[in-house]
Amino acid sequence: MDITWYLSLSAVLFTIGVLGVLLRRNVIVIILSVELMLNAVNLTLVAFSQAFGDVDGQILVFFVMSVAAAEAAVGLAIVIAMFRNKLTINVDEIRLFRG
Amino acid sequence: MLEPFLFFVFAVLCVAGSLGMLLSRSPVAGALWMVQTMLSIACLYLTLNAGFIGVVQVLVYAGAIMVLFLFVIMLLNLEDVPKLSAFSWTRVAAFVGGVCVLALLLTVIAGQADLLPDTDTVAVAVVETQPPAVLAEPDGEIVAVVPGEAVAVPIDPTSVERIGVALLTRHAFSLEIIGALLLAATIGAVLLAKKRFV
Repeated sequence: MDITWYLSLSAVLFTIGVLGVLLRRNVIVIILSVELMLNAVNLTLVAFSQAFGDVDGQILVFFVMSVAAAEAAVGLAIVIAMFRNKLTINVDEIRLFRG
Repeated sequence: MLEPFLFFVFAVLCVAGSLGMLLSRSPVAGALWMVQTMLSIACLYLTLNAGFIGVVQVLVYAGAIMVLFLFVIMLLNLEDVPKLSAFSWTRVAAFVGGVCVLALLLTVIAGQADLLPDTDTVAVAVVETQPPAVLAEPDGEIVAVVPGEAVAVPIDPTSVERIGVALLTRHAFSLEIIGALLLAATIGAVLLAKKRFV
């Protein structure tokens, strides 16, 4: 099967992730979109790993998953701390750094 | 013949799940759509013969990360966001930006289509499978040693054994760093989520 199909699917998923970050104002949905973008890249890595018969692509995917898990844990903890102080998770209403 | 069929089925499920995540008004529904996307991607990994990564995808993403998201959403007790009806130039600009990203990615892929390999091409290793045969006289005198036949064997790039060996030899240092990173992330998450921290 042609690898371009996998790459195109990955591009579509990545674009949906980008649109989620740009369009949605809910912090949790934004973090979910970032996870979707990471998954799109993982799909590309696994497709190339299979096409070249090289195991390193899958090891990179393994590391990306670990970093994504760490990122989700810290990101959601920040969301909880933010919600406790501001009672909102809308990014338009959170302007701590804007003075 | 089976791989294209499975690919298209799971690709459609995958894109449908991510679009549902993008368009759903309730965060809980968005997270559940995302679970569908993660499981479809795990099945796509299986069509690519990446069994280990597929299982890890189900365990880590669909199992751990999405459950964490659902816990946090339910902990926060959020109301649904209002419908995306308000027209704003910011939103149009964001949409145009996203479409530009997609166009750029697809142009690059289409431009390189001739150079890209198939996923069917399997790397081949030449190994000796037959042990060398020893021809000997009845009295024990060795006449000739016939070397074993070299046979081309396809490498399975995705076997768990090869991934494990590579992880614990060439990438052992990175593995340790990942362990430290996860520990730091756990401590950081606990500290951040504690009461009256920020």
